[in-house]
Amino acid sequence: MALRIVVLTKPVPDPAAAAEKLGPDSRLDRAASPAVINGNDEYLLEAALKLADAQGAEITLLTMAPAGGIETMRKGLAMGAHRGVLVTDPALGGSDVLSTARVLAAALGELEYDLVFAGFDTSDGVGGVVGAAVATLLKLPYLSSAARIEPDAEGGKVRVRRISPTGFDLLEAPMPALIVGTQLLGEPRYPSLKGIMAARSKEVVTKSLADLGLDGEQIGGAASATLVTGKRTPPPRAATRVVRGTPAEGAKEIVDLLASRRLV
Amino acid sequence: MRKVSTTPAPSATYRLTEEQVLLRDTIRQLADERIAPRAAEIDRTAEFPEDIRQLLASQDVLALPFPTEHGGLGADLLTICVAIEQIARACATSSLILIVQELGALPLLIAGSEEQKARWFPDLASGKTLAAFGLTEPEAGSDAAATRTRAVRDGDAYVINGTKRFISNGSVAGLVTVFAVTSPEAPRHRRLSCFGVEVPTEGFRVARLEHKMGIRGSPTAELTFQDVRVPAANRIGEEGQGWDIAMGTLDRSRPGVAAQAVGLAQGALEVAVAYARDRKQFGQRIGDFQMIGAMLADMDARTEAARQLLYKACVEIEAGAPDASRWSAACKLVAGDTAMAVTTDAVQVLGGYGYIDEFPVERMMRDAKITQLYEGTQQIQRLVISRALLGREG
Repeated sequence: MALRIVVLTKPVPDPAAAAEKLGPDSRLDRAASPAVINGNDEYLLEAALKLADAQGAEITLLTMAPAGGIETMRKGLAMGAHRGVLVTDPALGGSDVLSTARVLAAALGELEYDLVFAGFDTSDGVGGVVGAAVATLLKLPYLSSAARIEPDAEGGKVRVRRISPTGFDLLEAPMPALIVGTQLLGEPRYPSLKGIMAARSKEVVTKSLADLGLDGEQIGGAASATLVTGKRTPPPRAATRVVRGTPAEGAKEIVDLLASRRLV
Repeated sequence: MRKVSTTPAPSATYRLTEEQVLLRDTIRQLADERIAPRAAEIDRTAEFPEDIRQLLASQDVLALPFPTEHGGLGADLLTICVAIEQIARACATSSLILIVQELGALPLLIAGSEEQKARWFPDLASGKTLAAFGLTEPEAGSDAAATRTRAVRDGDAYVINGTKRFISNGSVAGLVTVFAVTSPEAPRHRRLSCFGVEVPTEGFRVARLEHKMGIRGSPTAELTFQDVRVPAANRIGEEGQGWDIAMGTLDRSRPGVAAQAVGLAQGALEVAVAYARDRKQFGQRIGDFQMIGAMLADMDARTEAARQLLYKACVEIEAGAPDASRWSAACKLVAGDTAMAVTTDAVQVLGGYGYIDEFPVERMMRDAKITQLYEGTQQIQRLVISRALLGREG
C-alpha cells in the first residue's frame, strides 16, 4: 500500500517582498504582505514528493491559517501534493505554539497517515517547536533534523539520518511517526505547469474548530498562554566583511581572520 | 465541514485568475533562478540555449499552446503571453523559444487536420521537436504575398523550390511550416498554400545564420529548398488557403511579440529602479533626483499601459472579436515602441554603467529593437490598424 504522508505547511509573509510588519495588536499583519509556503516546509514537501516518485505515496497538506491559506496551498498542490486540509477559524487568530499544536493534532486525528513531516522552523515565528509539540500530543515517535528519510513500508518502520554537531545519527522508529527535516533533504522542485493546471481539480477540505470538536474559548487566540507585551527593532548589524576569491584563498583568509581574533 | 474546489471562479473581474497568477509567479521564479543567470552568456556566445529549451520543456512551458488531447495544456492566449512576458523579463532570447514554438505551430492549430495534429502535436508539446514558421523571403518581407517559393504537385507529393529568410529557429526546428505558391495565376491572396515540412530532408539546407544586433541566442536562418518532396498529406489546409492561414497566424502571434516587449520593458525598469535606489551621487540616491524619479515613473506607467493593452487584446482575440487584427497590431505596436523607449531610458538611468555589459540593460535595449521589426514592422502594424479603421477602397 502506498505510504500516506501528511506535510504540515504554513503560509508566511513572502520574505522576498520584505513587507512584513506588525499590526496595532503587535501581531503579524498578514494582509500587509503576500503569503508563500514557509520555505523550510517546502523541503519536506519535496522529500515527500521524492518518496511518491520512488515508491508511491499519497501526500496531504495540512495547514492552519486564515481562509486565504487556500491560495498558498495551491502551490503545494501544483508541486504534486494530492489533497489539502485547511483548518481555519476566526478564533484561531493569535494562537500560540501550544494552541497551534493542539489544533494540528486534532486535525491529524481525523486523517490516516504513516508519516507526518514538518519543516525545521517557520520564517515568521521562528519557534521551531510545533513539530515536536504535535508529536508529543499524539504520542508519536519524533525524529528531528532529518537529512534523509527512508521509510520501510513493508516493515512498518522509518529510518532517518539526523544531522548533529558531530556528524549524524541513524534513527529508526515504527510508523506512524513525525519527522522534522532540514534543507539537506534537497532543493524543492518548481511546480510544473501541468501541475498548476491539475491543481484546480484537487480537493481542499476546510475545517473549523467546531468541525474538529474544539472549543474556541479553550483554544486559539483567547486561550493563548503567550502575550506580546512590547516590540523593538533589533540593533543594526555591525559592518560585515565579504571575502572574495577562490574557495582555497577564501578559506585561508577566513581562518587567518578568525585566528587573528583568537576565535580558532 | 465544507468542501471547496480550488477552481478559480470565472473571471468576473478585470484581473488574472488565481491559476494565471500562480503560473506567472512560477515562471518568474524559474526565470529569475535559472534563466537570468544565463542571459549574458547566451548573448555573448550567440549560441542557441539548448539547456533553456530543456528546462522549458521539462516544466511543460512549451506545452502551453497545444490542446490537452495531444499532450498540451490548452492554455488561452493570455496565459501564453503571461508566460512569454515572464521569460522575456529575464532573457528575450529564451522567450523566443516559446514564441516561435507557438508561431510555427499556429498554421496547424488554425487549419491542421486531426490526423496532422495527432501526428505532430505530442512531440511539439513535449518540446522534443521545435517548430519554425517559414513565410518571409529575401524579396517578400512586409509584402508577404510576393512570395516566390514554389510548390508543384507531383503525384501524392508536392515539390518545393525556393528560399526563406529570417526564419527564427530555422536551424534547430524539426518542423517548418512553409508557405509556397501553388497557383501562380490565381488572385494575389489565393496563390499560396501552407506545408508542414519535416526537416532535415533531402534538398533542404540551412544556408546561413544571421549575425544580429540582439536576440543573439535565437538562430535566425536562411533556408533553401531544392526539389524538396513533401507528402500531400502534409499540406495544411486547402490549396490557396495559405494567405488566410498566414494572416490568421499573425493575428494570434503578434501578441506573443508584444508580451516579449512588455517583459523586456519590465526587466529593464526593474534594473533601473534597483540602480536608482543604490547609486548615490551628490550625497543622495539618484532616484531621489526629480529628473530620474520622473523617468522611472514614466517607464513604469508606459510599461503598465502596454501590458494592459496586450492583456485586453489577448482576451478579445481569444473571444473571436471581428477586429482581432486591429487588437493584435495595436498591442504589438504599442508594446514594441514601449520596450524600445523604456530600455533606452534604463540605459540612460544607469549612465555609463548602462552602456557596458556589466549590467543587462544594454542587452535589453539591443533585444528590444527587434520587437519593432519582426512579425510585421511597426509601419505594417499601423497599416493594419488604419485599414481596419478606413476599410479598403472599393
